[in-house]
Amino acid sequence: MSRPVYIVDGARTPFLKARGRPGPFTPVDLAVQCGRPLLARQPFVPEAIELVILGCVNVIQDEMNPARVAALRLGLGEQTVAFTVQINCGSGMQSIDTAYRYIRDGSHQMILAGGAEALSHAPLVYRQEATEWFGELARAKSPVAKMKALSEVRPNFFSPVIGLERGLTDPITALNMGQTAEVLAHRFHIDRASADAYAVDSHKRLAAAQASGALKGEVMPAFDREGGVHEADDGVRPDSSLAKLAKLSPVFEPPFGKVTAGNSSQITDGASWVLLASETAIEAHGLTPLARIVDSEWAALDPAIMGLGPVLASTPLAQRHGLAVGDIDLWELNEAFAAQVLSCLAAWQDDEFCREVLGYDAAFGRIDRDRLNVDGGAISLGHPVGTSGNRIVLHLAKALKARNLRRGIATECIGGGLGGAMLLEAA
Amino acid sequence: MTDPIDTLTADPPAEAGADAPRAAGLTCWRRSDSVDVVTLWLDCPGTGTNVISETVLRELDALLGDLADARALVIRSAKPSGFAAGADIDGFAGLDRDAALSLLHQGHAVLDRLAALELPTVAVIHGHTLGGGLELALACDRRIGLDGVKAGFPEVQLGLHPGLGGTFRLTQLIDPIEAMQAMLTGKTIHDRKAKRLGLLDALVPGRHVEAAIEAAVAGRLKPHDTGLKAGALRLAPARSLAATRMRQEAEKSAPRRHYPAPYALIDLWHDHGGDPEAMQKAEIASFATLLESATAQALIRVFFLRQQLKAGAKGASGIAHVHVIGAGTMGAEIAAWAALRAKRVTLEDVALPPLGKAVSRAATLYERRHLSGIEARDALDRLMPDPEGLGRARADLVIEAAPERPDLKEKIYAGLVDVLKPGAILASNTSSLRLTDLVDAAPDPARFAGLHFFNPVSRMLLIEVVAHEAVAPEVLDSLCAFAGELDRLPVRVRDYPGFVVNRVLAPYMLEAMLMLDEGLDKARIDRAALAFGMPMGPVTLADQVGLDICLEVVRSLASGVAQPLPEPPAWLLEKVEKGETGKKAGKGLYDHARESPPETAGEDDEDPAIVDRLILPMCNAGMECLRQGVVKDADTLDAALIFGAGWAPFRGGPMHYAKVRGNVPERLRALEQQLGPRFAPDAGWDSLG
Repeated sequence: MSRPVYIVDGARTPFLKARGRPGPFTPVDLAVQCGRPLLARQPFVPEAIELVILGCVNVIQDEMNPARVAALRLGLGEQTVAFTVQINCGSGMQSIDTAYRYIRDGSHQMILAGGAEALSHAPLVYRQEATEWFGELARAKSPVAKMKALSEVRPNFFSPVIGLERGLTDPITALNMGQTAEVLAHRFHIDRASADAYAVDSHKRLAAAQASGALKGEVMPAFDREGGVHEADDGVRPDSSLAKLAKLSPVFEPPFGKVTAGNSSQITDGASWVLLASETAIEAHGLTPLARIVDSEWAALDPAIMGLGPVLASTPLAQRHGLAVGDIDLWELNEAFAAQVLSCLAAWQDDEFCREVLGYDAAFGRIDRDRLNVDGGAISLGHPVGTSGNRIVLHLAKALKARNLRRGIATECIGGGLGGAMLLEAA
Repeated sequence: MTDPIDTLTADPPAEAGADAPRAAGLTCWRRSDSVDVVTLWLDCPGTGTNVISETVLRELDALLGDLADARALVIRSAKPSGFAAGADIDGFAGLDRDAALSLLHQGHAVLDRLAALELPTVAVIHGHTLGGGLELALACDRRIGLDGVKAGFPEVQLGLHPGLGGTFRLTQLIDPIEAMQAMLTGKTIHDRKAKRLGLLDALVPGRHVEAAIEAAVAGRLKPHDTGLKAGALRLAPARSLAATRMRQEAEKSAPRRHYPAPYALIDLWHDHGGDPEAMQKAEIASFATLLESATAQALIRVFFLRQQLKAGAKGASGIAHVHVIGAGTMGAEIAAWAALRAKRVTLEDVALPPLGKAVSRAATLYERRHLSGIEARDALDRLMPDPEGLGRARADLVIEAAPERPDLKEKIYAGLVDVLKPGAILASNTSSLRLTDLVDAAPDPARFAGLHFFNPVSRMLLIEVVAHEAVAPEVLDSLCAFAGELDRLPVRVRDYPGFVVNRVLAPYMLEAMLMLDEGLDKARIDRAALAFGMPMGPVTLADQVGLDICLEVVRSLASGVAQPLPEPPAWLLEKVEKGETGKKAGKGLYDHARESPPETAGEDDEDPAIVDRLILPMCNAGMECLRQGVVKDADTLDAALIFGAGWAPFRGGPMHYAKVRGNVPERLRALEQQLGPRFAPDAGWDSLG
């Protein structure tokens, strides 16, 4: 028997741009910063939550299975199982999806599903030879052995590789994420000006949302040990403009590329939680649902064009439920790169693509720009890899409620050639 | 909820000796024999803490005579709280010199007998192992410590030094300089340091103690090597140099003319550090002399006062979640302290930057208190900045620590109506406002009280628990138990202007203002007070408290008390208006950027004329508080001033000082003639008789 599953509440930290040195919060610190007030405003005790699932890609050594560490630090109790999931950029949505299926199947009533990422803490990685040398030195017991080991040191042992760079390069195709966006820009004829215009829009929308208070209740201020107060997403540039963005050089494939730092998502720290509940739990605790999770879909494709993941994941969702493009009131499509978002939109409007790849008779249609990423996206907000999937579902639920709209799809591309999508209905 | 897993696989507690039978006819010791190893468990009846009393030592003596074929002797404690918290101060306090000497000789004889035993002796110490308890452990061949053991010699805080062999045994066992440091400061040595110094031969978690005892008994624990340095310090010239330095250091915080004990200890070591037998004799004589000193008498009395206040802080408060409203200096530190003491805390403020500052100040506090990384993290996790006031509905106790404005406080209380959890307590940290003026705005007068902390919360032990007419008695009980859970000392006071501590301190600071008006130098005033023994001069104190707060307190006092208070000088009001409110503003009576207030004073700074004008009005205000029933009795008042304001402890507090001095009303009358009605002796002096 399939039980309805509801999103009851959720909260996230402000997204903080990585600025060249480790930020004030680890992944679990971030999860605790937004989890604390989220739990404090529920009418039930934290122990009522039966399971915690957290998406996290760059797990740090001090926080193995960050879901469990976060759960214990949030006071959920020793008896609450918690586990961490990883499907690259999709991790924050995977946690929701797994929770959704468990509740749907009836094994759980209330699950806390989140995402956390602190890319600023991504480690420096020593080369293989350097790591082996450290090991040898540690094993050397006698003074003679130690001297011998020390004499084998090489200068390049001390220039580590930036782990983040390696993490953002696909191991199968050897293309980094930005390069996959260049591939799509070429295939769907996306020019530099369009990508920049989209990016400007992302910043303007986020700035407007911040100013209007639309993010109140969703973004919880974070407080670090040095007294720093982090109130709002700090990657936003309210004064962004085409002129400013035009000045930037292509960053992944100079000098002719279309993708710049200005029209790509930012490297960012942030965490987000979504609280999912069954009808039983809602009645038992007197909760007010925000939205119902109707369905979800995961898709796989050539890693070289991973940016089309949203198209391959959301379209089957729409098809299954007999929904046309006009039936979806809001879209949250993760802005990995402006060119990538625009490529998805182009694909949906392309007759041949929709026939050959998606099995439609004709194009799926044009997504109204006023329904897409209405309050900004990863270009202005940043893309903490394991968190974004969670944020777009959370924000979609809140945005549907705030605008009194009915149906929405949250969807994202995933490094490695995957896509995830969720269909929500306002409750 | 007791987890079945915990009960089924119980960690054999360190004090498993509770199951051993009491040794025949004896009251304080249990004995268990395992093969040929005798284990003695110290278990004083009727208390949760062992104390080394005359009975304990006498019974030990009897036991030492009954070891027959034992191969080894192990001495442990059956109390979860620790090995032993010290010698029996009660037993010593009232003795004359001869009686004290007799008792000391008896005690030494028993410990000497223990030390001289041929069979290996092992002490297993855990928790609080202080003073006489540590001396008992030092008389054994080996010492095994359980994780978390806190060892130390706090006798100097009572105006004494170790008297049961600690001085010569510790300086022989470990680095003599470290030993002297420990005894001169009275600070506890934590477990890992004790192991490093060689005070412990092994440091183990409870699950390995049996194996460690076996190793000790079999002689497999190597004694600590104190090294060349210790050997050198056995020589007189080396000790001479070190002793001079120690005296200089001690003078900074404990001037010799007020605190003889540290110097007696330094002399003892200087003269006899190379000769344990001579040092033992001299230790006994020195201890007996110190016991008779006025300082020791006063400090021992303070110790008992502290025990009394602690006794009033027992029980479970039922308060797990504390919501603090107002993240100013006091609110932030109250929140940080409560989180440190394992309370769940939410801290509310109208603005975010004070919340950020509160978190960083908490982090600094936890670092200063040497919390481990995990302990600090957990404490910070328990301290949630709460700009939306989510904690209001969840708290068992709401502490209002907003600025001292009645309209502001009333607005906050109004916002709590229908929000507070049923049964929650609302307490105000107000220092200058009357509870009677605030209680009508409280959601439930019966569950409203004053909970007045002192600055800084982490160092000042006192909390004034303030009652008004309509408060429910169990609310006061809960708040006192809460103070105990915070490791603070509660004193019950009645709603009164300034309660007790500020009422007594107000004339101290005000008189100093008048002296400044007369042209006296502020540093001279402060130094005179420091020379008397006050921890801070009145001018420095006023700057510390804040001139604006001082004015508030004086204003509220002026309207409420019978005793005429001097008018605050006009220049003081101007200063506050200009924003020069003291230390927090960087400038007040002192310009803190350019000058530092005096912190120490010598004999030359003593000034009876100035001191009388500063101190006697405090005794007078104290008498007024007693007459008005603000606190229970003179002892409580003295304790409040000592633990809330650091009032010269070796002088015993304002009322004890007045009693010892004997001529306070006469002197006040003379000052009244000379300087005005503010010195008029309170009517309470007459009924003293």
